[in-house]
Amino acid sequence: MTGSESGWEPVIGLEIHVQLKTRTKMFCRCETGFGEPENTRTCPVCLAHPGALPVANRAAVDWTVKLGLALGCEIAERAQFHRKNYFYFDLPKGYQISQYDEPLCRAGRFDVPCADGDLEVGIVRAHLEEDAAKTVHVGGAGGRIVGAGRSLVDFNRGGTPLVEIVTKPDLRSADDARRFLQILRQTIVELGISDAEMEKGTLRCDANISVRKVGEAGFRTRWELKNMNSFSFIGRGIDAAVREQIALHEAGEEVVQQTYDYDADRDALTPHRTKEEAEDYRYFPEPDLVPVAPEAALVARLRAELPEPPGVRIRRLEGELDFATAFDLVTTGRDRLYEAVAAAGAEARAAANVIMNQLARAGVDPGVVVPSELAKLVEARDRIPRAAFDEAIAHTGDEGFSADPYLEQEQVSDTASLEPVIEAVLDANPDQVAAYKGGKEGLLGFFVGQVMKETGGTANPKLVGDLLRRRLQA
Amino acid sequence: MSAEIETLRLTAEQAFALVESGEVTPEELHSTYLGVISERDPELNAFLRTVKEPNGTSIPIALKDLISTCGLETTAGSRILEGYVPVADSTVAARCRAAGLSVLGKTNMDEFAMGSSGENSAYGPTRNPWHLDRVPGGSSSGSAAAVAGGLAPWALGSDTGGSIKQPASFCGLVGLRPTYGTVSRSGIVAFASSLDQVGPITKTVRDCALLYRIIAGRDPADSTTVELPVPVELPEAEDLRGLRIGVPRELNEAEGVETGVATAVAEAIELARELGADLEACSLPLSVRYGLPCYYLIAPSEASSNLARYDGVRYGPRADGAGDLDEMYAETRRRGFGDEPKRRIMLGTYALSAGYYDAFYGQAQKVRTVIRREHDELFRRFDLLVSPTSPTVAFPLGARTADPLAMYVADLLTIPSNMAGLPGLSIPCGLSEGLPVGLQLIGPQFGENALFRAGHALERALEFDFVPERLR
Repeated sequence: MTGSESGWEPVIGLEIHVQLKTRTKMFCRCETGFGEPENTRTCPVCLAHPGALPVANRAAVDWTVKLGLALGCEIAERAQFHRKNYFYFDLPKGYQISQYDEPLCRAGRFDVPCADGDLEVGIVRAHLEEDAAKTVHVGGAGGRIVGAGRSLVDFNRGGTPLVEIVTKPDLRSADDARRFLQILRQTIVELGISDAEMEKGTLRCDANISVRKVGEAGFRTRWELKNMNSFSFIGRGIDAAVREQIALHEAGEEVVQQTYDYDADRDALTPHRTKEEAEDYRYFPEPDLVPVAPEAALVARLRAELPEPPGVRIRRLEGELDFATAFDLVTTGRDRLYEAVAAAGAEARAAANVIMNQLARAGVDPGVVVPSELAKLVEARDRIPRAAFDEAIAHTGDEGFSADPYLEQEQVSDTASLEPVIEAVLDANPDQVAAYKGGKEGLLGFFVGQVMKETGGTANPKLVGDLLRRRLQA
Repeated sequence: MSAEIETLRLTAEQAFALVESGEVTPEELHSTYLGVISERDPELNAFLRTVKEPNGTSIPIALKDLISTCGLETTAGSRILEGYVPVADSTVAARCRAAGLSVLGKTNMDEFAMGSSGENSAYGPTRNPWHLDRVPGGSSSGSAAAVAGGLAPWALGSDTGGSIKQPASFCGLVGLRPTYGTVSRSGIVAFASSLDQVGPITKTVRDCALLYRIIAGRDPADSTTVELPVPVELPEAEDLRGLRIGVPRELNEAEGVETGVATAVAEAIELARELGADLEACSLPLSVRYGLPCYYLIAPSEASSNLARYDGVRYGPRADGAGDLDEMYAETRRRGFGDEPKRRIMLGTYALSAGYYDAFYGQAQKVRTVIRREHDELFRRFDLLVSPTSPTVAFPLGARTADPLAMYVADLLTIPSNMAGLPGLSIPCGLSEGLPVGLQLIGPQFGENALFRAGHALERALEFDFVPERLR
């Protein structure tokens, strides 16, 4: 069920946390990093020893400004850090240093290209704060706090710079949300400020979701959805929330404001564990830090350093390809290679296909591929043996890679030598032959595969297909 | 040789001279003071712990127990930090060591610097060397008692609402609360971050300037610090010619100023005139009326947040046997904090709460701006302001412990300039009922040199004997 079909319209806003990959933490000189032994990247500041004072990481401030500019935000002339007070053992000071009513970046607009025009997403704010430590619950089921015998804390992550981005409720579907996040992620990666990997937790997303009747003004009660750690879970989580809210409204029941976790295993929402009492964070200006005042010259320099935004590149490429391919190329960081390969003479669509499929599957980093060599392969893809092509693709990332040796290999394109192989394959698979003749024409690919296998990948697959089709029709 | 040193009279400057001339070694000096401590501290309770091994190349110093010292337990006078041993020196401790000073020990204090009598220490009250039944003032109670009692040549304290100036006043000593931002707070157990400043407690104004010179200056580890715009000068002049000194009515005629205090201060003011200063009455109406109430919103608010880290998770005692996390927090903090920190945590938590912030903390910050402006106005006309440091002389132990508000009023005269971030110097200016009276000199931002100059000239003219009468 989609919203418009039933007359309901989802209203979605996102809160995104991005862990910055600065060399050191937000307020101390401990190095950031993953996978080190527990509690080895700590100091009196990030362990909140008595008297230890925070000192703001300048690179983190600059990078946040840069991100704010990429999000079309206004950069504050004077931003302030605030203390957000609450007790939890992953928060050593008893407060998180964050930003409250004077964030670094506010009032932005981020355009997400869609097939039928741009989706304008308002950015309420982007502010800088510090990450909490990581907790491990020991002795409970599945690492959950409920039933755990004890909890261990690893402070290595504590104090890592984190940017929080808050959007306006401008998204109208799970697809919108996913697309927004993909473009945002790519923007962040290209700024070089974060790996922005959801699986690693360097990009995290919470969603605020409500539904309303199409044409209705104002917003209904919303749910907050937390802990969705992949793009596809975000889509499924939002869909689940929308589905349940519509059902509640249509049954005349009340939607109660609530926070949920998305349980991917069961494709269902489970209520998020919260404390009974309402949270009052008692924000006040952090007296240990002076206000941050990014100078106009710095902001201008950072603005000049911004790369061409992904959205603009999608628009440029969709003409020669199609929207979906352009979107995929750009959001996977493969469009620059595509453009270079196309410029080196390869046919556009073929180049895009090879880059999005074979090259991606081979796990080759598009950043290290020599475009002219890849262009030669794309051009020769139907001429050289499949096995040679695949092997060549797998090596395109190697230093000093040359396509030439592969281009010299020839496909077996002579009918006489292929026909006996085809006969042998058909004889060996009588059931499939019967099925094909009974109408399951999709089995052609199976037969082609078998022939390719028998010839060690040297056969011309197009020719094999033609021969097979003819032979099976007979 | 060391047995001949009369530590009661020895100033830090004289002690330096002894070491430099080779008459005494740094080790001998350290041991001499340890000897005096073992003899006299049982009745004073000024030290929480001492350092047996001499550890410097010049003279010793005593440090208030909220100044982190690497490898040496630092409790801030609280049970909740019992056994806590810092892994690094605070910046001021490091600067003392770099100057060759030998850390003699850590001095007693009101828990987390919350108090004006020394009686809020979890480790027992400190007594006033002038009169053992009187308080030494607080919160830098042990530092003041140690210096006055000859247990240390000089000491560092810290001042949030008056915690250096007031005990210096009660013990007949010189105390400087520096301009906010001139002394690093890195490694100083925090009470109220926007007010806390470390400063010297000494026998003379020149000692005070010497020690301020050692500790002051920008520290990259404390973002709120700045470089001194002018170097610290050791005062020489013995006159006050050309100095314009304002006498704020509201401070000098405040309700509760004892007659003996008012008299001693008035005489010192008269002496200043004789030394060549221009004196004129002036007014600080808003600062004095609203200083104390605003202080008791801002300081507890910041404290409630600063003290949240004492949760039993990473260091310090943890309450065992608690059922869950919240119970562990509650029980650890219930056992670890004394009444005064608990009172201020509750006050501050309330003042910062949603719905109250604007009326309390927010409003107090606005008033603070007004207080700053009111002082700035006066410093267009005056080089310094003068008043009593405390409305009273040292009061008897136990006299105010039952009434927190009576205790809070002890800081009535020191708080306004503290709220404005300004430096203040307390020097002894006479006796009342046989107990020292303190004179407060307030300077403009970075006006320490003017304070030292005026303080030194007055000190020479007043000829106050800083050795407690009962020990002479």
